[in-house]
Amino acid sequence: MDFAAILSNAIGELISPTTAAYALAALGLAVHFGYSGLLNFGQAGFMAVGAYGFAVSTLTFNAPFFVALLIAVVAAALFALILGIPTLRLRADYLAIVTIAAAEIVRYLVTTNGWTAVTGSANGLAAFEGGFFEMNPFPPGSYPLGMNNRDFFIRIVGWALVIVAGILVWLLMRSPWGRVLKGIREDENAVRSLGKNVYAYKMQALIIGGVLGALAGMIFTLPRGAIQPANYGTELTFFLWTCLLLGGMATVLGPVIGAMMFWVVLSLTQGVLSGLIESGTITWLTTIQAGQLRFILVGVALMLLMIFRPQGVFGNKKELAFA
Amino acid sequence: MSEQREENIDYMTDARPIAVGDNEPGCKKRDPIVVAENVTRSFGGINAVDVEYLEIPRHKITALIGPNGAGKTTLFNLLTGFDNPNSGKWQFEGQSIAGVSPYKVARMGMVRTFQLTKVMGKLTVLENMRLGASDQPGERLSKALFKGVWGSREKEITAQANVLLEKFKLDAKRDDYAASLSGGQRKLLEMARSLMVRPKLVMLDEPMAGVNPALTQSLLDHIKNLKSEGMTVLFVEHDMNMVRHIADWVVVMAEGKIVAEGPPGEVMKNPAVIDAYLGAHHDVDLGDAEGIRELEAELEADEESVVGTQDAGIIAKDHVVSGLDKKDGK
Repeated sequence: MDFAAILSNAIGELISPTTAAYALAALGLAVHFGYSGLLNFGQAGFMAVGAYGFAVSTLTFNAPFFVALLIAVVAAALFALILGIPTLRLRADYLAIVTIAAAEIVRYLVTTNGWTAVTGSANGLAAFEGGFFEMNPFPPGSYPLGMNNRDFFIRIVGWALVIVAGILVWLLMRSPWGRVLKGIREDENAVRSLGKNVYAYKMQALIIGGVLGALAGMIFTLPRGAIQPANYGTELTFFLWTCLLLGGMATVLGPVIGAMMFWVVLSLTQGVLSGLIESGTITWLTTIQAGQLRFILVGVALMLLMIFRPQGVFGNKKELAFA
Repeated sequence: MSEQREENIDYMTDARPIAVGDNEPGCKKRDPIVVAENVTRSFGGINAVDVEYLEIPRHKITALIGPNGAGKTTLFNLLTGFDNPNSGKWQFEGQSIAGVSPYKVARMGMVRTFQLTKVMGKLTVLENMRLGASDQPGERLSKALFKGVWGSREKEITAQANVLLEKFKLDAKRDDYAASLSGGQRKLLEMARSLMVRPKLVMLDEPMAGVNPALTQSLLDHIKNLKSEGMTVLFVEHDMNMVRHIADWVVVMAEGKIVAEGPPGEVMKNPAVIDAYLGAHHDVDLGDAEGIRELEAELEADEESVVGTQDAGIIAKDHVVSGLDKKDGK
């Protein structure tokens, strides 16, 4: 087994743009669930809205990069608004049902054959990332970990976005605004009785988390240069929830570290398992089965975490001790 | 000239009559803060609340009493906008607030607490208090990022919270999570938090349930003192001792209707109230030998009672009174 390769793969995952996208989307979930108590099971839908909003406005309307970015963000905010208006007055569980359905609706809409000219149907869209990489200030050449200048650029942008978003969320949550949100998470009627417009706060939180999801969707698709509806299924939402729960719900660092752990563990188990299979130590598994097995392992790890450390890695034990 | 007198009045000792005319259900008040008319709410076939006319006197402590299921809490919910009535209109300080959402009602100065205490368990006691404060610019998303904008108001809020926490003997718990408080302490925190809003009318739903006797006394004083700060109090309570001690006015509800109104002494002698709610011997203090002797004498004269007959058993006079005398150290 080539441990050096396995390790360098794992380190590659640690800083990959996909990990950054997961971190950003999970941070959005932290704003939704961790701080505001909004059960959003449709974060994949927000990512899809962001990714498609960007790709469609670039390809169909020839919008420059920053206009396309703005359209994607506005589209996600509108999506949050549409979801929120009927459901935020209801109990939290209804939002969960509506968001999971809405995310699926988005995925089916972009898969519709009638709109192939715009959304590319099941094949998706490609070649919309040109505007982004034109702005690359890094000259071609070789960069650490075998990256080229494109890889390096998208990683810098992705993680810079994660850091900026993290700082913004942290600033917001230590403010009185964040305090009202946390109060709503605990008991929204009590907050109402103190003269706060609970509905408006919940809507603001839903939009902020949703926009983070949309930005994540763009970071997710830009390095691939392609977008496919199959990538935005419900399992993506559940992976994001896994990241959030791994790291800790009501923290800023939690979802970021959670996303890193998620991908590093997946990469390590993949490397070790396929190494063992190739060397003939394991004969009862194929490489493809091993790929499935590591997701089972992630599920088992999540269960163990919930039982023995329910607050996640960075969560505050006290915040859960009485729940 | 009457305006002049209004300003100089000491609300603690103001002894002018509360009602205009007779003390009967639905009577007009000299100075009402809340006026409700024809408020009804039914759940299925049951009329939970059916209030023809009710005025709550300003700068007074009004108790709302009545048997379980009389509609007291439902009336609270209706008045504060947490529930919508089938019909009716009501106003607060002359402004109609029928159909106004709960947070706006609270902002107008009408703040309530809940029978099932609502504290934010995973916030600290101090954060719970700060949450109650109004006019914090940092609660707006547009200003939340800039501590310079809301920092000074936050200091004022914290000072206000510390004063209240000390009053309610929660200052030692300031930095603890509210979830770690006992049931009684949560009641106190909820009441203190509602005062952070600086309300004009405080509506307390069973403030004394689960609070220990020693604390009850100081809490009663706090509630009384709210009057001197110009607040009006409306509370639901089953503890008749408390009602007698601090209420200036008592409203009795039964089966959704107002059945009696008046000063506590008068209302508690009302036969309708005794039948519907209090019971025949409600004014006897059973923790005291003198009270027991009185009750014994009353019951012996009562033909339906076993007291004074051979069947009396352990409730026989000698048995009970000697036990209490021993306790009193006689």
